[in-house]
Amino acid sequence: MDFMTAVFYLFSTVLVLSGLRVITARNPVHAALFLVLAFVSASAIWMLLEAEFLALTLVLVYVGAVMVLFLFVVMMLDVNFDTLREGFWRHLPVGLLVAGVMVTEMVLVVMSEGFRTAPAPEARGFDYSNTHELGMVLYTQYLYAFELAAVLLLVAIVAAIALTLRRREGVRRNDIGKQVAVRAADRMRVVQMAPEVPAFSRPEAADGEAAQ
Amino acid sequence: MLLTAWTLIKILAITLPVMGAVAYLTYAERKVIGYIQVRIGPNRVGPLGLLQPIADAVKLLTKELIIPSGASKVLFVLAPVISIVAALAAWAVVPFGPETILADIDAGLLYILALTSMGVYGVIVAGWASNSKYAFIGAMRSAAQIVAYEIAMGFALIGVLMLSGSLSLLDIVNAQQGDWGLFSWNLIPLLPLFVVYFISGVAETNRAPFDVAEGESEIVAGFHVEYSGMTFAIFFLAEYANMILVSALSTCLFLGGWLSPIPGVPSGWPWLFAKMGFLLFCFLWFRATFPRYRYDQIMRLGWKVFIPVTLVWILVVGAWKLSPWWLW
Repeated sequence: MDFMTAVFYLFSTVLVLSGLRVITARNPVHAALFLVLAFVSASAIWMLLEAEFLALTLVLVYVGAVMVLFLFVVMMLDVNFDTLREGFWRHLPVGLLVAGVMVTEMVLVVMSEGFRTAPAPEARGFDYSNTHELGMVLYTQYLYAFELAAVLLLVAIVAAIALTLRRREGVRRNDIGKQVAVRAADRMRVVQMAPEVPAFSRPEAADGEAAQ
Repeated sequence: MLLTAWTLIKILAITLPVMGAVAYLTYAERKVIGYIQVRIGPNRVGPLGLLQPIADAVKLLTKELIIPSGASKVLFVLAPVISIVAALAAWAVVPFGPETILADIDAGLLYILALTSMGVYGVIVAGWASNSKYAFIGAMRSAAQIVAYEIAMGFALIGVLMLSGSLSLLDIVNAQQGDWGLFSWNLIPLLPLFVVYFISGVAETNRAPFDVAEGESEIVAGFHVEYSGMTFAIFFLAEYANMILVSALSTCLFLGGWLSPIPGVPSGWPWLFAKMGFLLFCFLWFRATFPRYRYDQIMRLGWKVFIPVTLVWILVVGAWKLSPWWLW
């Protein structure tokens, strides 16, 4: 077993174990963090397959953005773990059935001819640019599909904002334009005035009080 | 085996100076802010107070580590590790000269973006694992802020990619080489993007005026309020290492890296360090000058100002580069 194979087995073991922990961890925050670990291990395996652009994008998008928002929500939820585990035995048969179907399907796919004969990627030099090649294909051959996907995402963004945007009545809002336009003179006035001596600090007054 | 040993030596040759720079950056910060506020700053330990960082390090090393009883222990210890790993690993692809780079990987810029985006986990995990409301509020603020500013940062980098046509930092610096010295750098055609990138960098490192994640006067110390001794020191190290990293990256991406600003004057690493030093001084200068942003103002600046600015400027640069008026 050469070094690369050892590295592959290391990362795939971590990937499978952390995937398992995602569904078995009791605490949802721990589960989300195990999912992060699974993404990072998957990215390392893609890197071994010489797909460094995809590997780094996986980390950047899923670990750096999606999972941060996910954790953001999960951490703030006050989950009652007892109600979550309620009805485990009642739903077990349905779950086992779905799991059985999925395992059979995956075994059929993995055992099929086409899946096994995919050649290992040839090792390239440091000057070979994976990103460049991907860009060339995406912006020439698959330009329309690529632009279509982009438009679809844009529509999804607009739709998500439109669905969650609420205009409530009677809410006091900041007018940013006014805030930015404020100058020091609007809020503060410098005045010239004669110095005043407070009554209690006058020596004769203090003497008078002492005499009484 | 020999190659591995050589690589390890190179890694140490980067990491140890970064750590030393972090130590003396804290000293520089106290001195610079001291002079800005008409004070002297640290001057007791050693000549001119130069041994102050060493004294601080020894103090932090010998302090007791306290793990709160309600904390999630493994994650509590893991959080500073995540922070420092992300801050140090990104240095692998930073070029110090035409030949001096640890790993000239082809997707260097993506690698840096991916690693710096992992740094936020240190903050979030620390805030959650501490089981303290101040730490948690700090972590939430930091997560929202980093996600917002990372987008602007990424768009600013797209402008750099359009000019250099490569993701490798070595190629990006080399593409800025020209006959006009300073005017050949990316700084001139990408000036708005440089401003956006640097300010986003300040926000990403949670430095003043964007330090709402720590916000001493609002939420004690934010995400690291429960940390003591060396675990606290590691968060500190990571923050300063990230500051140096942002300066190094801004220098390489926009200010021509090691290239000389004056035509005829030879290029070299002193230029790189001089530019980085200036940007680091700006970090300290900002801290001494600006009051902390209000939270909604931070969000507005990130989403409603920086992202539109970068989008428009990417369009402008794209059109400009294809037009006959392109000068570079």
